[in-house]
Amino acid sequence: MSDPIQTKTPRTLDRAATDNEAESWNLRLYVAGETPKCVQAFQHLKQICEEHLQGRYSIEVIDLLKNPTLAEGDQIIAIPTLVRQLPPPVKKIIGDLTNTERVVVGLNLIPIKPENRRTK
Amino acid sequence: MALTQLVSPATVEKTPSGIAGFDQITGGGLPVGRPTLVCGGPGCGKTIFAIEFLVRGAERGEPGVFVSFEESARDLARNMAALGFDLAGLVEQKLLAIDYVHLDPAEIEEAGGYSLDGLFVRLQHAIDSIGAKRVAIDTLEVLFSTLQDSAVLRAETQRLFRFLKERGLTTIVTAEAGTDTLTRQGLEEYVSDCVVSLSQKVADQSATRYLRIVKYRGSSHGTNEYPFLIDAGFSVVPATSLQLDYEVTEQRVSSGIPSLDSMLGGNGFFRTSTILVSGSAGCGKSIVGAHFADATCARGERCMLFAFEESPSQIVRNMRSVGLDLQKWQDRGLLQLRATRPSLYGLEMHLVSMHKAIADFKPCTVVLDPISSFTSAGTSHQIKAMLIRLFDWLKTQGITALVSCLTTPLTREETDIGISSLIDTWIEVRDLEVAGERNRALYLLKSRGMSHSNQVRELIISNRGAALADVFAGPEGVLVGSAKSTELKRRAREEHERQEEVARAERLLEVKREALESQISSLRAEYAEHQEEVQRRLRTTRESADAIRADRELVAQARTDSGSRTGASAEGTNSAQARPTIAEGRANSNAGGA
Repeated sequence: MSDPIQTKTPRTLDRAATDNEAESWNLRLYVAGETPKCVQAFQHLKQICEEHLQGRYSIEVIDLLKNPTLAEGDQIIAIPTLVRQLPPPVKKIIGDLTNTERVVVGLNLIPIKPENRRTK
Repeated sequence: MALTQLVSPATVEKTPSGIAGFDQITGGGLPVGRPTLVCGGPGCGKTIFAIEFLVRGAERGEPGVFVSFEESARDLARNMAALGFDLAGLVEQKLLAIDYVHLDPAEIEEAGGYSLDGLFVRLQHAIDSIGAKRVAIDTLEVLFSTLQDSAVLRAETQRLFRFLKERGLTTIVTAEAGTDTLTRQGLEEYVSDCVVSLSQKVADQSATRYLRIVKYRGSSHGTNEYPFLIDAGFSVVPATSLQLDYEVTEQRVSSGIPSLDSMLGGNGFFRTSTILVSGSAGCGKSIVGAHFADATCARGERCMLFAFEESPSQIVRNMRSVGLDLQKWQDRGLLQLRATRPSLYGLEMHLVSMHKAIADFKPCTVVLDPISSFTSAGTSHQIKAMLIRLFDWLKTQGITALVSCLTTPLTREETDIGISSLIDTWIEVRDLEVAGERNRALYLLKSRGMSHSNQVRELIISNRGAALADVFAGPEGVLVGSAKSTELKRRAREEHERQEEVARAERLLEVKREALESQISSLRAEYAEHQEEVQRRLRTTRESADAIRADRELVAQARTDSGSRTGASAEGTNSAQARPTIAEGRANSNAGGA
């Protein structure tokens, strides 16, 4: 009676632990002008997406200097900020995305490992 | 000292915050175009301070931006509506922009270097959209608890203040108070122009909020902790109490008791003076106060009565029993009764609330009944400090104040609070316990600037109100009440007795005189009777002598007829000689009988 559950459970949890299998990824990158950090962030994001989500993602870059009113909607404070619109739930990653480990964990592309958790 | 003199207030341009009292403490308000840090613990009123700063600015035509890290625009509008601020209306008029910055640490991951450009962009956008002159940020520290990279945050905070200064925005930044520091994140390091600290202190279970200017670069300012009240916005008790420059007047106001007025030179108290009525329990302090209130209203002036021990309806009922109809004045809007328990809130809070109530109602006279009940809300030193401020403020407002103070027999002629030096006219009502009853004696301990009676009078309270009567001062001391009437009766009786004695003596004399007179008349009657008897005998004797003579003449005639005439004449001489002898003999026998 307990057998099927025991064999099934680890696999289900493993899958549920990441959002890697989601059909489509909708990402927004908020920037403010073409600062080095913003450019760097876009390059890093592109790289990560190509590696993990090839063909399943779209990136929308929003320049707040051009559209300041858009900052309020996603509650943007820090620049650059990456917002995962889809799949839900909404997640935000701030910074130039140089810490790839943090990005993939933050986007929930790989299971959270203890060493990937926030140190503070 | 020398420094503050060198720096004239004009060197720092100031803009009125519009917060009652605050502009007086700071000598004009907040520094124009610079950030001001408002720090304090939770519930101290930081947000309200910031909002009121913007609302008052909007009223002056200076639009403002409110950056809220804690409350959404809707919550904020709802909360501030309770204080009478219509935030939504101001937003509609483009006098206010609210930007709610919501940060959820759970959905934010940090991966690499970042800046707070997003915040700057939003701020700039909000400022541009309404042409803001004022900005309030509440509370910046939320950033520090949400984001990890404190080095970035510090750099960005510094940049934010520079950003605000460059744009000439008068800004309020609120911050949570730290345990040992002014703010938890050391924001005071970045804001060097003006720092305001709000605090809340609990003494004897009563909380009072205080405001203090920690620093104000380039400006002198009040340095004390000023109590404040949040009611319809902020209300800080101003620093006018530091001055002794109020106007005085020769005008008089009646105490409402004509005989008391006459003790005060006939005209009552000086207008704008402070009058203290002290006395032990139940000696009529409140009644004196009510008379004063009644007289004020009867002149068509307003009076505000603060009661700390009785409810308004209780006062109205009690005063009706001594013939004072306070309800009538209440109905006409001339009298306002405000009853609060002294323990309801802190001493300073009482001051602020009284301050506010008086400023709203604008009375001519104020009655506090009694100030001694404040002892439950603070130490005598604190009460004195509060009363100095209150009395001085009332004087500057031209308000005459009558306060009552309960004293115990031990502290007679001194109040527990030690405020006698603040008082212009001091009336003491005391109990006199004589001959098994208590009576009230009233006298003036002092009355500055007017001639006044030194007499002790009896305060008589009847259903027609209070009145003063002369007391009886005799060798036994001051006599009042029934002892006085007994003494008066005793004196009357003595007088009566004296009069009776005189009357009795007079009566006795009359009786004696009458007795004597009756004796005299009876003697006279006896004499008259005796006289009559004697005369009757004399007559009888004379008649018989005549008869004898006649007989003898008859005999002699008869003898002449038979003898000589000479013999007859000799006989006649003999009988004449014999008459006195008989009369004498009779008188002698009478005398012997007596």
